Amino acid sequence: MATVNVLIVVSLVYVAFLFAVAFIADRLAATGRSTWLRTPLVYTLSLSIYCTAWTFYGAVGYAARSGLEFVTIYLGPTLVMVGWWWGLRKLVRIGRSQRVTSIADLISSRYGKSNTLAIGVTVLAVLGVTPYIALQLQSITLSFSNFFEGQQVAHYNDTRMVLWVAAGLAIFAILFGTRNLDANERHHGVVTAVAVEAVVKLVALLAVGIFVVWGLAGGVGETLARIDESRIGTWQVDASRWAAITFLSAAAFVTLPRMFQVMVVENDDERHLRTAAWAFPLYMLLISLFVVPIAAVGLELMPEGANPDMFVLTLPLSQGREGLAMLSFLGGFSSATSMVIVAAMALSTMVSNHIVMPIWLSRRGGGASVSGDVRHLVLISRRIAIGVIMALGYFYFELSGGGAALATIGLVSFTGVAQILPALVGGLFWRGATRAGALAGLGTGFALWVYTLLLPGIGGGLVPESLLSQGLFGIGWLRPQALFGIEGLDPTVHAVMWSMALNTAAFCIVSLLSFPGPLERLQGAQFVNVFEHSAGPRGWTGSVAQSEDLMIMSQRIMGAGEAQDFFRREAQMQGVRGNLPEPTPAFLERLERKLAGSVGAATAHAMIGQIVGGSSVSVEDLLAVADESAQLLEYSSRLEAKSAELARTARKLQEANEKLTQISRQKDAFLSQISHELRTPMTSIRAFSEILRDTEGLSAEEKTRYAAIIHDETLRLTRLLNDLLDLSVLENGEVTLNMSTGALRDVLDRAVATALTGVERPLKVNRRRANEGIIVHSDLDRLAQVFINLISNAAKYCDAEKPELSISVHDLNGQVTVDFLDNGSGVPPEARAMVFEKFARVGSDQAGGAGLGLAICREIMHRLGGEVTYLSGQKGGAFRVTLTSAREKVAAQ
Amino acid sequence: MNRHVLLIEDEPNITEAIRFLLTRDGWRVDAHANGADAVEVIRKARPDLVILDVMLPGRSGIEIIRDLRHSPECRDLPVLMLTARGQARDREMAEKAGVSRFMTKPFSNEEVLDAVRDLYERAAGT
Repeated sequence: MATVNVLIVVSLVYVAFLFAVAFIADRLAATGRSTWLRTPLVYTLSLSIYCTAWTFYGAVGYAARSGLEFVTIYLGPTLVMVGWWWGLRKLVRIGRSQRVTSIADLISSRYGKSNTLAIGVTVLAVLGVTPYIALQLQSITLSFSNFFEGQQVAHYNDTRMVLWVAAGLAIFAILFGTRNLDANERHHGVVTAVAVEAVVKLVALLAVGIFVVWGLAGGVGETLARIDESRIGTWQVDASRWAAITFLSAAAFVTLPRMFQVMVVENDDERHLRTAAWAFPLYMLLISLFVVPIAAVGLELMPEGANPDMFVLTLPLSQGREGLAMLSFLGGFSSATSMVIVAAMALSTMVSNHIVMPIWLSRRGGGASVSGDVRHLVLISRRIAIGVIMALGYFYFELSGGGAALATIGLVSFTGVAQILPALVGGLFWRGATRAGALAGLGTGFALWVYTLLLPGIGGGLVPESLLSQGLFGIGWLRPQALFGIEGLDPTVHAVMWSMALNTAAFCIVSLLSFPGPLERLQGAQFVNVFEHSAGPRGWTGSVAQSEDLMIMSQRIMGAGEAQDFFRREAQMQGVRGNLPEPTPAFLERLERKLAGSVGAATAHAMIGQIVGGSSVSVEDLLAVADESAQLLEYSSRLEAKSAELARTARKLQEANEKLTQISRQKDAFLSQISHELRTPMTSIRAFSEILRDTEGLSAEEKTRYAAIIHDETLRLTRLLNDLLDLSVLENGEVTLNMSTGALRDVLDRAVATALTGVERPLKVNRRRANEGIIVHSDLDRLAQVFINLISNAAKYCDAEKPELSISVHDLNGQVTVDFLDNGSGVPPEARAMVFEKFARVGSDQAGGAGLGLAICREIMHRLGGEVTYLSGQKGGAFRVTLTSAREKVAAQ
Repeated sequence: MNRHVLLIEDEPNITEAIRFLLTRDGWRVDAHANGADAVEVIRKARPDLVILDVMLPGRSGIEIIRDLRHSPECRDLPVLMLTARGQARDREMAEKAGVSRFMTKPFSNEEVLDAVRDLYERAAGT
């Protein structure tokens, strides 16, 4: 006799075996050697999570209670797989190209990435599936307790058992459903484990069936006879129930989150659908083959009142076939666990992607860029979601007390998730479907489902009896099970009919009335015409081919050398020979990060997704790429501006450099001139002082003469130095002007007197003093300096026999001119341009000026706001000083 | 024998100083103050030695020496060049043009006398 411990050990060993299968499959997938895992067979077997414990155990019970009606549960999916596989193919293609992670994601994606819709679908799915999970927990528990019927087992208690089962399943789901974040959300480990479980449950059910037909009934003919005898054979067929339930199971096959997970999300190659289209109906045919015989024989052999739901288990047990019973137990266990794990995984993805993450991101504020930190958060939130969903299932089980009411919960769940169907199918085939329509349809269907099926089904204390009998607020036609006064319908048929009809109507009407947004239009076109938008089915046969594509792309972006280095390093790290690493998730992530450095994160993601995921680039991807490009453009235009600025600066620097070079050349010339001007008087001084020192017997006359020369040259030096300093001060603008007002006559008087003191040759100065009464406002000392210079020049250089200088003053509208004209030969025309330059001396064969006088004059007049020019067209030397009169100055101020 | 020196210099005081020095040393000293016709004057005078200033009105001393070196009768004429511009570049230019000796103003009288004697003796010796 089996004991609890043996059963628990067997269960644990079986679970450990599943762990091992899942783990190995994950490892193989990670290293890219999992081609045999990606076969149509595994895909087909994984679809069998449709057959849960409800079908494993419940189908027999169903048959025992309602005859052949259980067939509808299998008929719906079969019709879908055979008659609508092109629709499924479209669904799978869209799922691939849009990188859809769940049915909620698909709906939200279709209707312009509406998160409201995603939340609605998620809530609906959680509400619809939670009872279903509870049902699985119950069936496991029930099978446990059936094993020990009549045995006294210490410390055994159904509730505790359920708790442990729920916890164990949660851990399994967490371990394999949330190990990492795959770009395509594929979980090879879990899918493989599910496929193994599919085999186990099929084998178990077939074994029990064979045992019943040939072991108990004594052959096929005998069995058929027994069936005829039993109640099953006489059961009437209720056409409306058949139609409704077939439709429901067909809808649920497509819309159940776990089905969507294995059929669309986990799909590796849409060609697998072709195989599944015949193989999956075949699987269902096999699994349902012995349902009726087991039910008929069970009804006959088992004592009155035995739960027909457990015939699969209790029949072998009652015959003492413990091994077979154990196998049957494992089959049921497999059905329950595979469903719970995949459902929890699918729901947790929806909850974390559409509820937790949006809330977290909006809490954090700002546009959150996806980083490793967020990935960690996603995993955590998924794990918690799995825990919460399992806990919900557990509490539902606790609340409902595990009663027989659970048996109908399967259909209640089906009806709930079927509400997604109009929005889904409409989204796939009708471009006119809008977000508002989808929301309206879902909302209507959801409300009707709750009102007509969920609440009455729960019954008991939650819903007052009056509501059922008299309707909401006592309005008769609002009775939950007889809407609009239509009575006499089966509750399920009634609920399905009204909810689906009104759901579809609301969806269509609102869609027609509302107007889709731009993103909705784009997505709508992408969905409805998915076969035109995405490339043909791409095989996953050669992962090396992908690596090659990645290599070619990377070379274009990173440059050949760097790309080859990177790929070789990665290949070495993976231990792969050659230069092409397997496209493992870790490698792809590193490659994406590397490429993102060159082209931006969004672009890198889109490029790699295009090659590896075989997915088409979504609108959001393109928008992100456009954003990045805009940033790059802005950056590059800023660079251009910078470079233009640099060019300008360089040009300025070059100009400055030329100026400096010129100034340096001028400085050299100037120094050379200064040197000459200093050395020349020094030479005379030195020569004569040595003569005076060294020569014996110089006459007193000679001594005087030589001393006088030394004296003259010293004065010349002093003058030169004074002039230089004066010029330097004037040129640097450091001169302070003592502005005062005075008559021009006085200034000229002073200048003539000073200039003519001690001149060797007499110079006759002609003036017309009557004209010189003009009052000027100026630095009168500086002005006198200019005049002195001009008069001295005339005295020095006028080469006439009797030198004469005429000074004439004119006032022309406030412009005062003072002309100095002598009767000499003047400055030769070719030298006139030069006379005001420093060290410019014209034909000077006399010791004297250093050639700075006129340069100083020019600077002074410049400072005083006037000018000094040479007047051409005169016979002799002719200089004109121009300045403004005091009257004009005052007026100007 | 009366040694003849021709002094081409536009500063009257310097001319006077050199004339005084060399006359006392036994030279016959002639002076000329203009650069423009200096070459003609030198050719005509055929002195034993020329003392040449660089910065002359009309023509620079450098050009004068170049002309002298190109005429056969003056190719070996000793020329002492005096300049108030003492930069290395000036010296180079002068030496390239073919001066016999280069001296920067202000000079000491002794130097000038030594240089003049030395140049004369070397010219006489060859």
